[in-house]
This record gives sequence, C-alpha cells and structure tokens, in this order.
Amino acid sequence: MKTNRFQWLLVGMLASCVILPVQAEQQLRFPVNPPQPREGQLLHTPPTMDDLEAARMHPELKRVIRRGHDLFMNTQQLRGKNVFNDMNCSSCHMGEGRMPFASPVWPAAVVLPNYRPKNDHVNNLEERIAGCFSYSMNGIPPEYGSDDMVALAAYHQWLAKGVPIYQLGDYYGRGYPIDQPSQEPSHERGHALYENNCAICHSSDGSGMRVKGETHFPAVWGDLSYNWGAGIIRNFTLAGFIHHNMPLGQPYTMSVQDAWDIAVYINSHERPQDPRYEGDVRATRARYLESFHKHGFYGTEQQGRLLGDHRNTGEKPILKPEVLRARTFTPQ
Amino acid sequence: MKTPRKTLLMMSLLLSMPLFAGIEGDAERGRTAAAVCAACHQADGSGMHIPGGESWPRLAAMDAGYMYRQLVDFREGRRTNASMMPFAAMLTDQQLKDVSVYYSQLPATPGQGGKDAAADLLKLGQRLVEQGDWERYIVPCGSCHGPASQGAGSNFPGIAGQHAGYIERQLLDWKQGKRDNDPQHLMLAIAERMTEQDIRAVAAWLSTLPAQ
Repeated sequence: MKTNRFQWLLVGMLASCVILPVQAEQQLRFPVNPPQPREGQLLHTPPTMDDLEAARMHPELKRVIRRGHDLFMNTQQLRGKNVFNDMNCSSCHMGEGRMPFASPVWPAAVVLPNYRPKNDHVNNLEERIAGCFSYSMNGIPPEYGSDDMVALAAYHQWLAKGVPIYQLGDYYGRGYPIDQPSQEPSHERGHALYENNCAICHSSDGSGMRVKGETHFPAVWGDLSYNWGAGIIRNFTLAGFIHHNMPLGQPYTMSVQDAWDIAVYINSHERPQDPRYEGDVRATRARYLESFHKHGFYGTEQQGRLLGDHRNTGEKPILKPEVLRARTFTPQ
Repeated sequence: MKTPRKTLLMMSLLLSMPLFAGIEGDAERGRTAAAVCAACHQADGSGMHIPGGESWPRLAAMDAGYMYRQLVDFREGRRTNASMMPFAAMLTDQQLKDVSVYYSQLPATPGQGGKDAAADLLKLGQRLVEQGDWERYIVPCGSCHGPASQGAGSNFPGIAGQHAGYIERQLLDWKQGKRDNDPQHLMLAIAERMTEQDIRAVAAWLSTLPAQ
C-alpha cells in the first residue's frame, strides 16, 4: 500500500511540475490488482462461450453446455422449484464461474470425486452442485442425472477443459483466500462500512433490491438470502468474497480488515435454518462444529440474540432436501 | 394555537403529493416549470441525439429521484455542464422536484443514434452490455442498471433506449475525469477501463433497446 501511495505522490508531483500539452495516458483511479500467481501454482484460463462455438464438439453437447451456462447465469429460472432465495450461481461465482478469486468452478470438475469434511463422505461433481442448491440457494437440488443437473455439470467440466484431473495441487485463484485480520473483526466498524459501501445495492436491511418483482441485487441476510448451512456463513469465506469482489467493479478496495469487519456484521444477522438442523441449534452447531460451524456465528449469541434458534426455512417449503443423505459405500 | 393547524395543512398537502423515489413533487406544476426544459429536452421529454454535437438526453420515463439528484448536482457544481447549469440554478428546489416527477411520468420515447451504426460495432456493444468483459473487469451493464438495463431505483438509471450521443459523452466524461458525481464511483471505475471504441459500441447498442 505504501508503494502505491508513493507512486501516486510521484505522479502528482510530476503532473504539477510539467504542463502536458495533451492528457497523458490516464492513471486508473480504480486499478484491479489481484494477487500474482505463486511459484508452482497451476494457472488455468477457462474457455469462453465463444470458444465453445468454435470447438470441434458434437452440436448436441454444445447445446447442453449452453444450457448449463444459461442455468448458471440465470438460476432464478428454477425459482420455486430448485431455488428458494434470490441467488444465482453467478452471484458468488462471478464472471460466468471463470474468474480467479471469485471461486471459479472449474476446480470442482478436476478434484472430484473427493472426500468432503462438510458431509463426511466422498462427493462427486453433481453432489457438490447439489450442496450449492441446498445451502447457498436455500433450495431443493435438481435430481441427480436430471437434464438440468447434467447440463450444469457439463458446463463445469467444459470450463476445466485441458486441466489434468486428480492433481490435488495449488490452483491459482481458487476459492476466496484471505489473510487473518490484524485486529479482532468489529461488528460496529462493519456496520459503518456496510452502510457506506454495501447498502446502496444490498440495502440497509440486507434485503437487496428487487426490480419489477425479480431479483436484482441479492439479499445478504434474511429470508431471501443463503441459509445457515451455506459456506459463505463462515466469516473467512465471506470476508474473502468481499475483499476480492466487492463493491462490484471495485475489487480490493475493501482492505482485509474491512472485509472481515463487514463479514462479521453481515453474518451476525438471521437467515433461513441450516437444513441439517435437528431441533436444537446448539446441538446442531456442536455436531458440525469442527468441519463447519466453528467459522461462523450459527448457534452463538451475537448482539444479544441466539442466532439460528428458529424453524424458519424462508420460502422453502421443507427443511432438508432428501439428497442430503449420508453415504457409506459399503456393500449392503 | 396556529401551529397545529398549520401542521395539519402541511400534512394534508404532503399527503396529496405523490411520492416518487423519496422525492415529493407535483407533475402538474412540473409541466408548467418544464417549459424552460423543452427547448432541448422537448415537450415530450424525448431529448435529441445530435451527431457530432451535444446530445440532449431523453428524460421521459426516467426515474424521478435520479433526475432530481442530477439537477441538484448541476446546481451545486458536483456535475458540470454549461447548458444545464443556468437552468438548474433558475428553478427552485421544489420546481426541480416537480419537473423530475413530471418527466418521470411521460411515456418513454425511442433512443436514437445506434440504428445506423456498423454491424460489428453493434455486436461489440451487445456483448459488453449483456456479458461485459470480465478479463478487463468491465461488468455487464445490467448488473447495476437493472434487468435489460432499464434502471434499478434512483441510483442506477435506465440506460436502455437512451440516445447514443448522450451515453457516449457521459462515459467519456467519466473516463476523462470530467464527471464524477456517481455514488461510490461505481460507474467511474468501469468507464475508465473502457476504450473509446467500447464506449461508442455500448452507446450505440443501448440506444437501440426498449427503455421500458
């Protein structure tokens, strides 16, 4: 940060000394400076939808991948059937699921099937996608093997084109990596930061903005937001998302500390119940503590209120989708 | 004892005025006050696309709260335009609200300036408007400006169906540091990443789209 400021200072000094006949190449006021790849990281630039059109593939496969892309970008077309909140896949996986540091989705296609601590068994790609529907979209996933599920999985796999599978290495830009904050995250600072930076789109009450009855800016808490089982209720995940991606078009303007402060503010509000809830929020927290809930506020008291102590499932008519079942992989 | 009566009167006056995006204005009074606007923005609020000149934006069906804030910004010098400044200063604050409400209620008229653009320019414009270019961190217009870029509340005006000349000028102004009254510089951050070709393309494509 010091170097940047110093550079600005230099530019300012030069500009004040020299009268330029024409405006020089502008210095961006909002440069985008993502972390650079580290030694040994795998860099992958996923193919685009134009590449798909140009690819030598069966036209029917192209059509199915296009369908997957369409579902990914506009998941609200499944509202009331598979999606029961204001989210699209692309709400979290920005830039068509291709962007580094916006949780690009291609890694899932090359590391799965794999063991997943969250549900303590081996998951394949479709089950992983079903997780997003069940938690982040507070929904009921499309059936395994259904047209929509196959189309979505095909789109993921297309984005991973060319990446060697089962190389459980270090992928550049995967997830939303973030450092620990230098100070304890503060609800109060987070509140002020939220009002100044987030509320213009997501509104002061967290409900986002709907336009002509449709989702526009997603709700970040409340009935139309992600539920208590979504990965992003973990403060480090939300902080990472914010730091790398928010406000829209101005990534990295929220410092690591700002991002943590905003994350704890947002995540100290209520949202629909974790589908794994079994009637006692403290017991549910304890059961999934190590693998999940120790990173969030579910089942803890925040601002004088025990969070998640309710049976509210938002617009979703049930608590737990049937597909969220345990697997044993043992012969019957 | 006069105060409660006065308050009641005020309240009934307020209640009789429709609320638009948080501003209270009277369309009928606005119609009268808008006489000074019509020379450029036209009686029907359609504005005018002027190739090579200063285009005047369509105001019809634009969000009232957005228009009011722009007028205040012209008046206060937060947004500069030699033609607009005297008019924004000439009207009272209530008149600024009234004309904003008046224009917001007129039916949208078609955007101009894009129909004769080259096919490849329109194609680039459509791509940037609908998909953006995330490699350069140019997000799709609709991600802020609402479904089909037809507007979202008072902070994100409708840009579909606006005149190409006006949109092009505004984006260039942001890029060149001549406009910066956008909340949190959400527009500035994107505009400064766009090339002049991108800007021409987006402006041309948006002008061909329906405003409502």
